[in-house]
Order: sequence, then C-alpha cells, then structure tokens
Amino acid sequence: MKLLTLNFLTCAVKTCKTSASSFPLHPRDSELEIVEAEINVQFLQNILPRLMWEELGGLVNELGLPSLPPTAPLPSALVESKLQAPESDTTGLNIEKLEVPSQVARDLHRVLLETCIMSGGLVCGNCGHEYKVLEGVANFLLPAHLV
Amino acid sequence: MPQYLVRLVQMHESFRKAELQSLADLAGVEIVIVKYEEDSPFCIISAPSPKAAKDVISRSILSFGIYELWGHGSDYLALHTSVKESSSHHWPIYKTTPFYFTLDSYRGTRTEAQRRQIIQDFSYLPFTGPIKLKDPSSAIFTIFEDYALGAEAPHYLYLGRLLGSSSRHLKTMYDLKKRHYISTTSMDAELALLTANLALAGPGKIFYDPFMGTGGFPIACAEFGAYVFGSDIDARTIRGTGGSARKGQTGKMDVEGNFKQYGLQGRYLGSFISDLTNTPLQIPGPDRNIREGQVHEVNSARGGWLDGIICDPPYGVREGLKVLGTRAQLSELERSTHADRYKDSGYIPPKRPYSFTAMLDDILAFAADTLVEGGRLSMWMPTANDEDIELVIPLNRRLEIVSVCVQPFNKWSRRLLTYRRLREEEVTLADVVADDVVKTENEKGARADDLNDFRRRYFEGFKESERTRQEQFGSSSTPDTENAGDPKGGWDGALKDIFRKESPK
Repeated sequence: MKLLTLNFLTCAVKTCKTSASSFPLHPRDSELEIVEAEINVQFLQNILPRLMWEELGGLVNELGLPSLPPTAPLPSALVESKLQAPESDTTGLNIEKLEVPSQVARDLHRVLLETCIMSGGLVCGNCGHEYKVLEGVANFLLPAHLV
Repeated sequence: MPQYLVRLVQMHESFRKAELQSLADLAGVEIVIVKYEEDSPFCIISAPSPKAAKDVISRSILSFGIYELWGHGSDYLALHTSVKESSSHHWPIYKTTPFYFTLDSYRGTRTEAQRRQIIQDFSYLPFTGPIKLKDPSSAIFTIFEDYALGAEAPHYLYLGRLLGSSSRHLKTMYDLKKRHYISTTSMDAELALLTANLALAGPGKIFYDPFMGTGGFPIACAEFGAYVFGSDIDARTIRGTGGSARKGQTGKMDVEGNFKQYGLQGRYLGSFISDLTNTPLQIPGPDRNIREGQVHEVNSARGGWLDGIICDPPYGVREGLKVLGTRAQLSELERSTHADRYKDSGYIPPKRPYSFTAMLDDILAFAADTLVEGGRLSMWMPTANDEDIELVIPLNRRLEIVSVCVQPFNKWSRRLLTYRRLREEEVTLADVVADDVVKTENEKGARADDLNDFRRRYFEGFKESERTRQEQFGSSSTPDTENAGDPKGGWDGALKDIFRKESPK
C-alpha cells in the first residue's frame, strides 16, 4: 500500500474513532519498497489540501525516511517554470517557458505514491490493536471481541 | 446554440441521457438535449461550439460519435431542402478538402446500388476535393436513416459531418474475457466504464470502491485518469489466492495484476481488507456521537476527501452479504476465547449476515461523510420487477439523487443510482440528525433470508410477486399485459416524482 493511503486510515474499532490518538496508525516492523510511478502534478495539487500534513510528517519520521518540511507546501509550489527549447528545435533559438514538476512535487510524489509498505503492522495509538500488512495488503477485519 | 447529432447505441437506453449529461458536467459544457427518443439511436443536442460538442462525446461509452448537423427531415426531399437551407454556410470550407460519404441505416438495409444512388443525390454539394476513405484529414459525411421496426422505408433522415468519436472502443479493450483476473460477479466492462462516467471519474481525482472484488470499477476509473483504491471483506479476492473464475486458470492472479495488464498500476493506490460497517477509513464531519443522540461539532480538521465512490454492493445471492460480528451475542467465555486466540495464524474473524437495506443506508451515510462537495456516489442496487410495489430509492439528506438508470432482466432488474454530495450550505445540521434519528425500518433477524428480502425472493423465483399480481387483478388480463410490456413502468413515475421535486434545477 502506498503511504498516501495511510493518511486516510485510522483504527477500525468504533470506540477509537473519536479518540485523537487513533490517527494516524503507527507502522511497526515495516518492510518498505519503492515502486516507481509517473508523476502527476494535477493529482498532487488536488490531494495536497486534503492531507493531514503534521501526521504525514510523523509517519515519515517513524519510518526513518528524510523529514518533510514542517508546513505543507502551497499547491503553487509544485510547479516551476523552466526555459527550454522544444526537442524538435535544433537551433536552440526558440526557447519556451515550460511548466515542470518542482523538486517539492517530486519529493512529495516519492513519499506519497512511490513508497509502499509491503509487510509489517499498523498499530492504533489508542487501543494498541495491531493490523497486519501482508504482500502490501493490510487486514482491518476485527476479531469478534472488538466488533 | 448550434445543433449536433449524437449517434447513440441502441442498448442500455435508460443510461444514455444520464451519460450525456454527466459528460457535459465533466467537460464543463452546457448542453441541451433537443431531440431524444427511447426507441431511436439518434439524438440531437445543442452545444456552444464544435469543440465543446466533441469534448462531451470523447469519453462516451454509449455512443459512437458526434456529428455537425447539416440537415434533417422525414424524407429525402425534406432532407435535401434542410441541407440547402441550414448548411450552405459550411460548404465553402470543404470545397477542396478530401472527403467521403457513408450511409448508416438503423434497422434497415440498402442494396449497393441504392446506397450509391442516395450518395449521388448529394452531388449538388460543391465539393471538388478527392474522395479518400483512409485519409485522416478527410471530412466524413454520414447519411443516417431511422427505420421503424420492420418498416420498408425510413421515417427520418439526417446528414452530419463527423466531429469526433467516442470511447466505445474501451468496451473491447477492457472486455472481461481478456482480463487477467476476474470473479463470478465482476461487472461487465461496458457498465463499469459507464459507471465511472456517471460518477465523473477524471484526471487527478481520488476514487474509492468499498466492495472492489477483483477491481473492475477502480480499473474503469483509473482508465479515465483517476487515482483509485478499494477494499473488500474477502481477503482472498484481493490477494488473489482464491484463483479465478476463469476455467483452467492457475497461478498467482491478483487485483494488482489487473492494473498491470492495462498499464494503470501508477494510479492504483492499493487496497485493504475491511468491512464497511467497521471501516478503518477516517470519517470527517459531524461527530459520530450523533449516533448516541448527542450532537456536537468535532475537530474536523479535514472535510470530505473523496472525489467519488463507485460500487456494486453484494446482493447476497451469488456472494454473501456479510459484516463482521456474530449471529448471537457472545458469552463472556466466548469473548475471552476470541481475545486470547485472535493472534493465532489460522484465526478467521466471525461474520454474520446483514440487512441489505441497512447496507445501502450505511453506504449513503459513508458517502455523505467522506465525499467532497459535489463529489458523486454511483451505486448499483437490485430490485424485483413488481410494478405493484412502489420503488424505494434509499435517500440521505446530504446527498441529492442525480440519475437512476435501469438494466432490466427477466424477473428482476438492477438500477444504477447516482448521487451528488450537496454543498455544506445546502445542508443543515438538523438534516443530518434527522437522517440518523428517523432511521428507515430495516429488515431484522439473524438469517440471511430474513435480512435480505431480495435474496429470499430471488431464490423463490419471484413467485410471490406473480401471486399477488394475480390476486390483485383476478381474471382480468389487461393489467397483466400492461405491466409485462413495460418493465420500467413503475419506475418512470418514480423518476418523475424525484425530478419534479428538484424543478428549480
């Protein structure tokens, strides 16, 4: 599962939902894998305002990945202009202004959409229940005494 | 506004207008449906520009293409007069371009000689360019003939110039017969793509399917550019260890493999195993404590975060309709046994049958909580075809019904219900509370048949509805034929009722 999904997941136990400590879930013994994917700035811009940034930062630290900036970047910071001659132009005279993904966008893309948890556990900070992740698929089915 | 001819397919009729309207919303284009008949594949719409018209149809599944309308009439004389009157300002543009003419007869045939003659009759058009069939720059003109069933001659004719084709080729590309991994209840590719259109799946959006199975709906949404994830209560379908419905297929078949097959894995956010009634997804908005009768706003740091939800919930017929829990209340001893043993590798959480109507209400409540304003829920729902029973469409005060489309089968049909999440200012807190307090009376019981009326009647072969109908109408045969002739009869009235309520729109 891609790390982005974790930003929307909390404990499945009903009584934990109201507790602030049930979100986000804490990874335990996770095995990470990088799966390259094509960057899509439009998607990043769309999803950025919906992220819980502080919790994402915490998760990244718990996984031992490079820290994120303390505040979320603005959607406008995801693109930068680059002066470049089109590929078809060999003279190099017809320089155009192109919008390309910025370093910020590429870093965010790497964290949210290329970093995947392949196995390990996800632990609720409130009740301590651990959800297993196997082959990249987390199991949130609750045992009978927790339903 | 100029008029355009849409060449629709003549199937899934009740979905066609809903699709056109959704695609117009998606393209941000205002269209007006000028002429539309359920029994005809020709529809005239007006749109602001040829580009807008082309944009609307480019993603369509239930049409072949869109044409600039050059003329129309009830016979060839009227068609030629109409072409001369309404399209002469276009003529100079195509004076020297390559072009060709084709004939599209719906429910009729023409011999080669007749075909040639019909095309020849348009020779008054001052085109001097070469006739080229395969040149992509060619202007393509099509004469459309609409025949009544079994008629000798067409009753209506159109001439159009092709502006753009639809995405109907995706139906073949995503055909289940060629899909890596499917299950017994996989949705037909055409309908899955159509569902994605009605839910407005598009580039950069995030979509979720709570009953993903082998991932048919998420794949359709990903095809249109959305980022998708899903969940299912059955771990085997997601992990793919349960094999496939395809005969003789062995080896590792999983949902991810399906995304890889179509090169869509970059937009697949992943999946997890869960039950919608105990979802691990974060529920924003008014506090869950409303359920306990208290109302207070919470720290909803996050609002709705899903652009769309599409699903085909289990009907309880071919696959069980179950949620986590046990049929009977657990004793203290049993509870402690579960608590002691759940970490064992072979532990399987117990599941119990669940009420179908309660499940639909739960989906609606979940959608109302998690969708962004204007986000859509498209959900399939089966019903028996009894015209004498009023159709119940599940409602939620934070969702507005956008369209209801019917796919009729012999004794039952399924409906695709599409809802729009209202804007916050359109909803009052009182509405939200009302939805929770005035809970619809759902089926009660412990057995699947008590809980799911549709399932029970399905396995009884819908005998009950036949019987009540006979009792009601006695020996009189007229109502029977009336009802049998139009399986959607009861529905049309219901649709009118819904849309009348929203007349300001």
